[in-house]
Amino acid sequence: MKPRGGWSFVSPALIAIGVFFVLPVVAALALSFTDFDIYGVADRHNVRFIGFDNYRRLVATPLFWSALRNTAFFVIVGAPLSIAVSLGTALLINARVVRARGAFRTALFAPVVTTVVAVAVIWRYIFHDRYGFLNYVLGWFHIDAIDWLGDPHWSMPAMIVFAVWKNFGYNMIIFVAGLQSIPGDQYEAARIDGAGRVAQFRFVTLPALAPTMLLVTILTMVGYFQLFAEPYVMTRGGPAQSTTSVLYFMFEEGFKWWNLGYASAVAFVLFAIMLGGTMLQLAVARRWSRS
Amino acid sequence: MTHAAGSARTTWHAATALAVLVTLGACGDPEVTTVRLWAMGREGEVVAQLMPAFERAHPGIHVDVQQLPWTSAHEKLLTAFVGDATPDVAQLGNTWLPELAALDALAPLDAQIAASPVVRPPDYFPGIWETNLLDGVAYGVSWYVDTRLIFYRRDLLAAAGFAKPPVSWTEWLAAMRAIKAQVGPERFAILLPLDEFEQLLSFALQQDDPLLRDHGRYGNFESAGFRRALTFYLQCFIDQLAPLSTQIQVPNPWDELARGYFSFFLHGPWSIGEFKRRLPASQQDLWATAPLPGPTGPGAALAGGASLVVFRRSAHPREAWQLIEYLSQPDVQRTFYDLTGNLPPRRTSWDDPRFVAEPHTPAFRDQLERVKRTPPVPEWERIATEMRVISERAARRVSPATTPGELAAIVDAAAVELDAHADQMLAKRRWLLDRAAPAGDRSARP
Repeated sequence: MKPRGGWSFVSPALIAIGVFFVLPVVAALALSFTDFDIYGVADRHNVRFIGFDNYRRLVATPLFWSALRNTAFFVIVGAPLSIAVSLGTALLINARVVRARGAFRTALFAPVVTTVVAVAVIWRYIFHDRYGFLNYVLGWFHIDAIDWLGDPHWSMPAMIVFAVWKNFGYNMIIFVAGLQSIPGDQYEAARIDGAGRVAQFRFVTLPALAPTMLLVTILTMVGYFQLFAEPYVMTRGGPAQSTTSVLYFMFEEGFKWWNLGYASAVAFVLFAIMLGGTMLQLAVARRWSRS
Repeated sequence: MTHAAGSARTTWHAATALAVLVTLGACGDPEVTTVRLWAMGREGEVVAQLMPAFERAHPGIHVDVQQLPWTSAHEKLLTAFVGDATPDVAQLGNTWLPELAALDALAPLDAQIAASPVVRPPDYFPGIWETNLLDGVAYGVSWYVDTRLIFYRRDLLAAAGFAKPPVSWTEWLAAMRAIKAQVGPERFAILLPLDEFEQLLSFALQQDDPLLRDHGRYGNFESAGFRRALTFYLQCFIDQLAPLSTQIQVPNPWDELARGYFSFFLHGPWSIGEFKRRLPASQQDLWATAPLPGPTGPGAALAGGASLVVFRRSAHPREAWQLIEYLSQPDVQRTFYDLTGNLPPRRTSWDDPRFVAEPHTPAFRDQLERVKRTPPVPEWERIATEMRVISERAARRVSPATTPGELAAIVDAAAVELDAHADQMLAKRRWLLDRAAPAGDRSARP
């Protein structure tokens, strides 16, 4: 009787998860083994079961590998930079000497709640090679104008600058909450033991922030892996496909060209990569907290 | 389509019909038939203004105009098809027509056209009319046309020693090189945005070789024609006549032309309005239009624009056709031009003083006699995008130091790669064609 009662309590949630999560995922997995495309939309007799062909073709597609490289670059450079900026601003805001903390917090959080499309228009002007503000500022230091959005070597750094500016506020708020939960007497004790500012940060702040840091790294890594909106609104994947991310590649295959079978295969490969990355992070974090 | 799904659809149709009847009954006017028209962007806004006159002439018809934004129009059309919610009539960009015809979503219109006193195919510009045809069957009626020709700086061309715009590639290259010599390294002679395929595509369409061969089964980019077009395109980058720019760096080509950043660019009729709106009166005589120069003389250009189509599942095909006939009348097309600046697709509509008085449209009138459509396969836009990607990569590889031999090697490699990719994209189409005609009849369509 008891287990049945339990099942009946959780069944509404289970049904919702089944219908809106498990079913679509299973359907997408099945789709990834077919060549479902625009002809399949017309008549499902035009759909063939092709086994692992989509995955095989994906591995043989150079654009997929360069998309993966672009995404990896964005994650490896962008995510730590974003976390560092978040932590830095959180420390500044949390410093005792700062007045009007609320105003600063709001101002620094503002980019997070703006629309990507709207701010991308402004950033496109900031990045403009001839009329942009950024190159104007670089000109003061006698640095030659950089074609931020037109040179394949600079487009990804430009995406990272934009993404870090857009996203750091969110993690900053989480860090501020983490910092506020560190008891003041720990700092006091460290000071009595003769610890300077750097030592306090290294031996009090960082260890106390470890759980927050783990959460933030996982969230940021997953978020940065899903790079899409920035290239979509700023560069359309260009120049020379240098800002085409895995997700952008998937979007083009799926919703621009309607190769839904192939796009599903991309989705599952991306899922596998992200799962692997997260598990690696957790393992590292576990070892770190044990030592 | 299985039997079960078919009967479900029949039931659904019956239910819809019932719902419509009930609605009409509630209106108390069972005589009025509602025709649903989907139109995109600016055309969608404007076409509603043409409807009162149509409804006065056809008291039994009410037109329900629904406006779709261009960016999501393609997706909405496909979802409507899947969801069995297609309208009666729609405006369709003429490169989308092959795709929706392949879905079997469109009604053939040959019988209506043959019987129509208004829609007369010989009156339409031939290249434009062709965009409605798939294997000789008409699935649409051209509504307005759009092509790309050259907009240029009259004064800079004159200063470089050319009194008239070029008509052949040789003349064009000479003019561009002369301009480049005058404007220096910071400015250019032509804008060829690397994120647009229309420029190279226009040059490629000017060739005699088709872009796809064997009834659209394989790419034909290794043909001498396409290689000639790509060579000309890349030459503009080798001589630094064109900047390595995308539309992101030049979002406003009209002001940039006025500033002299470049002296030529390829654009459509909508640019006439943009120039008039953006430039002050003192700069209005700086720019002019001219037909697109071809390899040896006046060349072909892209047959763009939109057609009006009737959906196969429309419950009111007769009323839908009456709407198309109305929108095809020359005087209605002229009003539509006044409202939007969209050029009419039939010659009769052009016989009017307003087109003579306007100095920039005669070039379009001339060019429209020489427009060519892109290959009518659903995969075309994807192949054109691939062409853009590969040609962008090639454009970034060349420099003033590139020798003719190196250029030929780059062009050959690009053509081979493009053919390989196009063949892969057309694999499914080949399978469908072979399945539909196993006896080796290669002209049949799926």
